[in-house]
Amino acid sequence: MITIKPIIRYNKITKAYGDLKVLKGIDFEIYPGEKVALIGPSGSGKTTLARLLMTLEEPSSGTIEVEGKLLWHEKINGKLVRAKEKHLHEMRKDIGMVFQHFYLFPHMTVLNNVMEAPITVLGMSKKEAKKQAELMIKKVGLIDKLNIYPVQLSGGQKQRVAIARALVMKPKIMLFDEPTSALDPELVGEVLDVIKEIAVEGNDTDMTMLLITHEMDFAREIADRIVFFDEGVIVEQGSPDELFDNPKTPRLQTFLSRFNS
Amino acid sequence: MFDWKFAVNILPKILASLKITIVATFAGFFLALVLGLVLSILSKSRIKPVSRLTNGVVLFIRNTPLLVQLYFIFYVFPEYGLTLEPLSAGILGLGIHYSTYLSEVYRSGIENVPHGQWEAAKALNFTRMETWTKIILPQAIPPILPVLGNYLITMFKETPLLSAITLVEILQTAKIIGAGSFKYLEGFTIVGIIFFILSYPSSRLIKSLDVRLNKKF
Repeated sequence: MITIKPIIRYNKITKAYGDLKVLKGIDFEIYPGEKVALIGPSGSGKTTLARLLMTLEEPSSGTIEVEGKLLWHEKINGKLVRAKEKHLHEMRKDIGMVFQHFYLFPHMTVLNNVMEAPITVLGMSKKEAKKQAELMIKKVGLIDKLNIYPVQLSGGQKQRVAIARALVMKPKIMLFDEPTSALDPELVGEVLDVIKEIAVEGNDTDMTMLLITHEMDFAREIADRIVFFDEGVIVEQGSPDELFDNPKTPRLQTFLSRFNS
Repeated sequence: MFDWKFAVNILPKILASLKITIVATFAGFFLALVLGLVLSILSKSRIKPVSRLTNGVVLFIRNTPLLVQLYFIFYVFPEYGLTLEPLSAGILGLGIHYSTYLSEVYRSGIENVPHGQWEAAKALNFTRMETWTKIILPQAIPPILPVLGNYLITMFKETPLLSAITLVEILQTAKIIGAGSFKYLEGFTIVGIIFFILSYPSSRLIKSLDVRLNKKF
């Protein structure tokens, strides 16, 4: 049997803000190409899990491995020490993130939002970056908005640009942190359609996705695995059918009943 | 009585020294712009001793008079081997003094950029330096340009202080003319009018700039 190594591994991860324990010892693995949906009540620690991986926040204890390499630590003389910025910079190459509130660069047009990082970070030529950026913007259906500033876009359009901006960096791992939670209900669909297209068509086919969402139908549709998170621990996980049709824990049953009313 | 003929006679002399005033203003302001930005970035450094020291220096300079600082640069520094021409000393004094005010202006601009912009930049793997130059400063500076402009005008009007360190700018020129002819009214009036003529339209210009900049995004 071929053993597949996980692309992401959380190892006894905890995170606390003062006395508030947000993550209470998470052991969790994601495999290459896997689409994992993280569900659970607000404030359960789902977002923190993604933010640790994006290196926006540092774990209080435990380690995270990405492709077998420690993310937040380096081994020096057999001792684990906090990694230097250079190491984090290296590790971030493979990870992209889409935020709940988009965070587009307001001083740049749609095109520049998407082509800035390829030029500055990847050192791509302007011509090549423009080509790649246009390809991604086309993919999210906004090719007619190239020279528009974010302020003139709807929330759904902003999020689609943010997705194109992350995709153009060709990350192996994409994190979606409640990508539709800040949107008006009528704009949710267009963003989900784009994410679905990436997930199904698989952009580069083997992109690993971690999706934090409250859209249960959507999670069921695109995810290979659903992870239910509550109060800083993983309560239950399994295939979408298992989890949604046959929830075992009372906590998940209660959580799901709120969506099926 | 105001002697018009005398006024017309001395006008070219005063205008000739206007060059010194203008040079001191712009060179001092340029220094303040650069130094102010450096101070505001250092005060945001994640290395605690650096940010504390920076804040201490800013606090000290802001709370001591510009004139005292000018005297120090011009009269005390030479005792320690640094002798400067009046103009250079004046530019240095104005630049350092105003940099502490401008660093506050930069700070307000920088802090108005939402934290999410830093996070988005990090997620795209910009280095900290690239984040400053490509993402944060281009958003932080346009809104503060009018305030910076107003400081430029304020600084321009402070340049007569440099006469205290023997710089012959327009006020000093008028004073010398007065001392030689016992006619002070004409010279000082001309100096006042020159300051007004240059300051007022500039402040109007800055106001219209403000309106245009705030429309952009």
